[in-house]
Amino acid sequence: MTRVAWLVAGKDLRIEARSRVLLWQVLPFGVIALLLSGLALGPTHAGNSTAGPGLFYLVTLFVALLMINRSQALENAPGTRASVATLGLDPAGVFLGKALALTVELWITGLVLLGGSVLVLHTSLIGTVHALPSVLVTLAALAAAGTLYGALTQGGDGPATLLPVLTLPAFAPLLIAGERSYSAALHGGALWEWWVIVVVALVAYTAVGILLYGVLEES
Amino acid sequence: MIKLSQRLLGPVTLVSLALTFWLGLWVTPPDVVQGDLVRLLYVHPPIAWVALYVSFGTATIASCLYLWPRTRSDVMDRVAYCAMEISVVFIALTLITGSIWGRPTWGVWWAWDARLTSTAILGVFALAYLALRRANDDPAVRARRSGVFAILTAINVPIIHFSVQWWKTLHQGASVLTSNGTLNVHGSMLWTMLLGFIGFTLLFFWLLRYRYRLEVKRDFVVATTVDEALALRRREGV
Repeated sequence: MTRVAWLVAGKDLRIEARSRVLLWQVLPFGVIALLLSGLALGPTHAGNSTAGPGLFYLVTLFVALLMINRSQALENAPGTRASVATLGLDPAGVFLGKALALTVELWITGLVLLGGSVLVLHTSLIGTVHALPSVLVTLAALAAAGTLYGALTQGGDGPATLLPVLTLPAFAPLLIAGERSYSAALHGGALWEWWVIVVVALVAYTAVGILLYGVLEES
Repeated sequence: MIKLSQRLLGPVTLVSLALTFWLGLWVTPPDVVQGDLVRLLYVHPPIAWVALYVSFGTATIASCLYLWPRTRSDVMDRVAYCAMEISVVFIALTLITGSIWGRPTWGVWWAWDARLTSTAILGVFALAYLALRRANDDPAVRARRSGVFAILTAINVPIIHFSVQWWKTLHQGASVLTSNGTLNVHGSMLWTMLLGFIGFTLLFFWLLRYRYRLEVKRDFVVATTVDEALALRRREGV
């Protein structure tokens, strides 16, 4: 399973590195969305760091939806699914590999957007560094959940429009927990209970993905 | 025996619901603190019980049974779908009755409370389930994907249940039975509420039965095409 996971993750990341969709399409979209969030707040409130964590996660959510669709679209290339089925790759390994690749991509995007938040929304640099571990774990949980929900939408009518409908309710607790822990790192307050939610979600989605990804691939 | 119980299900449901409304509106006394507003609580917790536990529980168990190869059958898929569809109605009713109670009690129709928000998220999940089913034409693919989604959705139910303990926001804790096992409600109020729980649970199974029969007929029409179905009806002399 681990070998397949590394293989699939490497394949997805290599495709991303060659096509540069993340660099030239997804990241610019994230930065523009962050700037627009600042504009929506207005010049007097854009520098208000209390809104920073919420806006960061909102923009991350939009970016994540694009990346999940992109990650699943790679599997829809002609012959890919047939090749995976013919090679007899362990579905659990495929799930882990795709989730791992998506996690790395989300981490890269997250780091850029965190930098943007510090620059544009004036969130504290020290607080943001303190929040970094919780952000990384939250993004990993988003990637695990996103890989699973992304697989659910593929092959049907309008996967790109169906994905937000399926994922937004699932992402809501993660975004709330991520935003609260980021805010706690910036302004103080309870941190561990939000960590628990994110870690439990990460473990639960990974476990469910390992168990059920094969059922989705079978279909 | 099964046919008799099926025939009795409707009348028993109607009688138990009528009794609940009669007892709740005219027989039970007003509450010391809430006054007549307490009468809504003979309806709201039973509806929430059906929405969160009975209908979602049925949908999740049926989905698990469908995904398990040994118990896989179209019956389980249909039961899961019908239960989820009914749960949408009950979740909406839960939120509506809760809002009607919350306006005079809390002063607002809606609050960003943990219980309310997580219940609303469950409602969106249920709608997403229906959207997912419509997105796939292949019955086997549709059944598998919606089965997986139902199981993922069910993770939200314990979050809703324990939300009042974990976050301690506006919504009160357990209304009838506390975590210590002691009863919070007594006398005619308790019996009326329990009758409400029974009545609405029976209503769910009554609705499920009719919705299931409708789904079987729909599947039949889809499978045979309209012309074949018409030819069959003509042969039957109808």
